[in-house]
Amino acid sequence: MTTLFKRLRPGARGLLVGVLTVLFLTPFYLMLRNALMDTKGLTSPEWTWWPAQMHWENFTALFSDPTLHMGQALGNSLLIAGITAPLSTLLASAAGYAFARIPVPGRGALLALVIATLMIPGSVTFVPTFVVVGSMGGVNTLWGVIVPGLFNPFAVLLFRNFYLQFPAEIEEAGRLDGLGWLGLYRRIALPSSGAMLASLGALAFIDSWNAFLWPLVIGQDPSSWTAQIALSTFLTSQTINLPGLFAGAVVTIAPLVAMFLIAQRYIVEGIATTGLKG
Amino acid sequence: MNAPTSDTTERSERAGRPAATPRGPAPARRRRPADLRTWGAFALLTAPMLIGLGIFKYVAIGWSFLLSLSNAHGTIALGQWVGLDNYRQLLSDDTFRSSLGKILLFTVFIVPVTFVVSLGLALLVNRVRRGRAVVRTAFLIPTAVSYVAASLVWKMCLFNGLPAGIANMVGGWFGMDSVPWLQTTDPPLYWIVLVTLRLWLQVGFYMVLFLAGLQAIPKEIDEAAALDGATGFRKLMRITLPMLRNTSVAVLMLQFIAAFQAFDEFYNLFSSGLSGTATAPVQTPLVYLYNTSMGSQNYGLGSAGAFVLTALIVAVTLIQGRLTGFGKGEE
Repeated sequence: MTTLFKRLRPGARGLLVGVLTVLFLTPFYLMLRNALMDTKGLTSPEWTWWPAQMHWENFTALFSDPTLHMGQALGNSLLIAGITAPLSTLLASAAGYAFARIPVPGRGALLALVIATLMIPGSVTFVPTFVVVGSMGGVNTLWGVIVPGLFNPFAVLLFRNFYLQFPAEIEEAGRLDGLGWLGLYRRIALPSSGAMLASLGALAFIDSWNAFLWPLVIGQDPSSWTAQIALSTFLTSQTINLPGLFAGAVVTIAPLVAMFLIAQRYIVEGIATTGLKG
Repeated sequence: MNAPTSDTTERSERAGRPAATPRGPAPARRRRPADLRTWGAFALLTAPMLIGLGIFKYVAIGWSFLLSLSNAHGTIALGQWVGLDNYRQLLSDDTFRSSLGKILLFTVFIVPVTFVVSLGLALLVNRVRRGRAVVRTAFLIPTAVSYVAASLVWKMCLFNGLPAGIANMVGGWFGMDSVPWLQTTDPPLYWIVLVTLRLWLQVGFYMVLFLAGLQAIPKEIDEAAALDGATGFRKLMRITLPMLRNTSVAVLMLQFIAAFQAFDEFYNLFSSGLSGTATAPVQTPLVYLYNTSMGSQNYGLGSAGAFVLTALIVAVTLIQGRLTGFGKGEE
């Protein structure tokens, strides 16, 4: 029986991989197909593989409808993720370097304070964060969406581990050239952390772009909506515009899918680092 | 903090394995005490992070803890102390208690399923020789999709209650009647919608973790196992899974924490413009917290809820860590 199983396996495995691949990609196909159809075609029980006539106007309607705020929301999301990803990664790298390399008394205690915050689960504490950001006047502002997401203790820990394994000899050479701590970080350590910065930066961009609960809590006014909030408001509104909804889904995920295809190597590395060291 | 003389290894010896002396300062600075410039550099590099975490974690948690002991309706000011009233009210609230029950059920479902599927995908992808990159991308790319967009596709297309919905159409081929997937509570068909959605979004992520774990298994072990005649299922149970122990523990923890904080898909699948999430057949604790603190603006009760949930998550994580020996052997 085992031999039979073995003989069947290569073919069966190939088939399984093929079926699963198609299954995983199906939602993307459906999204695109539905975004290009009209309501009548979408609700008809007759199945169409691809619209005979493509309704591109679904996309233009998305941006011309003033109640959806889709254009502004996409702009906000680009700005928010565009600031959060590089800045949060850079802050973590700087702190991680100092914790790994610069010997000052009390460093261990400070690091323990950073690590302790890892125990606090991220989303559950949106009430405390709202209290603080609200008291600082951050409700309905873009900075209110951005700032609490800039401090990632986990990334500090990952960067610290990374710099601990960084060969000290290279830094010594820099020190002989007269570089101080800041110079060593800026001229030697930081430029050598490109892959790490790209990996964690890409993940931070994805997280920031797809964040939902915090932007929902802090940005109640359409002027501070992110793309996710605009799409969610559209989805949960009382009138249902099916093709419009799918067009909305396509425009909100397109930037990330594009980034994914371009930077997949870094994303895979990022996931592997963050998951395994956690 | 490090004794300057503790590091007596020869430099040449140390050079080959930098990680072996993790906390040691670089050799050239060994005898230098922390001077003003060292302090300045340390402060400059760590200050933004420390201040940020200080405000948004420590101050926030402290303030919120005090709020949880106050009557804070529509205000975040402290002063009207009510002791443990908020906690009492929370724990006696049926909506909150049922949300805890529902999220436990969801966690018990989704964690093992995600674990098995992502491990299976990793084993499968690891064996693929031609086109591995394409297959991996196909499984991973849903990670780029937000819960909002996925909820939209699941609610409006795959599990649309109309006969044109994909699930109903496929069911129709087998002679099944169309059902409203999200509204049917008996049997609770909405769980199928919730579980498949989260699976599609998450398994790629955990698959990558398992793939990294699989690739870290030394070739010699694989070869030795093959020489001993271990193949297929036996090899998986005796060799592969034990070698993936650390990865598995990490994956389980990440999954548990993620599942327990579920909010996005529950909100987007069930919320409607008129009634919010009031008519939803299932509320998660976070949906409950959102409704109490953002809807009714009861920040005292909301804070109490945040603490109860945090305590639960931390407790389970610690127990899980103790049971599985996670973190053992680390510095």
